[in-house]
Amino acid sequence: MAAALFLILAATSVGAVLGMILSRNQAYSALWLVLAFAALGGLFGLLDAPFIAAVQIIIYAGAIMVLFIFVIMMIPLSTALPPERRKATLFLSIILAVVLAAEMAVSLWAMLRGRETAGPGGLGSTKALGRLLFGDFIYPFEITSLLIMAALVGAIVLAKKRDKA
Amino acid sequence: MIPLSWFLALSAALFVLGVAAFFVKRDLITMFLAVEVMLNAANLAFLTFAKKQGLLAGQVIVFFIITVAAAEAAVGLAIILLVFRQRKSIKTDEVDLMKG
Repeated sequence: MAAALFLILAATSVGAVLGMILSRNQAYSALWLVLAFAALGGLFGLLDAPFIAAVQIIIYAGAIMVLFIFVIMMIPLSTALPPERRKATLFLSIILAVVLAAEMAVSLWAMLRGRETAGPGGLGSTKALGRLLFGDFIYPFEITSLLIMAALVGAIVLAKKRDKA
Repeated sequence: MIPLSWFLALSAALFVLGVAAFFVKRDLITMFLAVEVMLNAANLAFLTFAKKQGLLAGQVIVFFIITVAAAEAAVGLAIILLVFRQRKSIKTDEVDLMKG
């Protein structure tokens, strides 16, 4: 049952990322990615992380991707369509991807042959996560709020229209 | 029961797909989307190792990664808007102000 769920979600996420690569339209690319991130949220749930799964769906598939779609809609697609890919670049990219995949397979080989399984374990209960976040990780958490503040101000300053005067 | 190695294999596959998309695509927004795919592949690996070690800290790291990704998306998209406004294009081939 769980294995079937994993296979469905994994196939959905990989297929959605492939759809994002093959799609010519940035808006469709972003929508494919929403699907991929939602499927990844399900996988996070399978890994005993229900809170992270909810955050993934709400923040990633919700907020961040909506931001992307806003920007895509502000840029006229007719003038911004991707140009034809050059054959050589495509070929080199595929070689690079294959080499990278082989490298990862080599470095993960020991783990990939491991026998550990992801059973239910109650590892990531929201209560325990909250205690850790506001206990051991309180300083990183506070610094994160500073980071978001800086990003907010930076984004407003960058994106605002300057007066020509 | 699902072997944890399946999750790692999926994470590696998604990361490779993200890298490939980053190099194949030629407009800034889709390249940025490819970076998000790579970040999510890393998140999946973090959660897998957290599960393997039984340590909750791995999940806290993922929480921080998602927060940083949100900040990065806001600033990055603002920069893309700025580039589009000045160059009237978001193709990487036409952003050649620095003559790279």
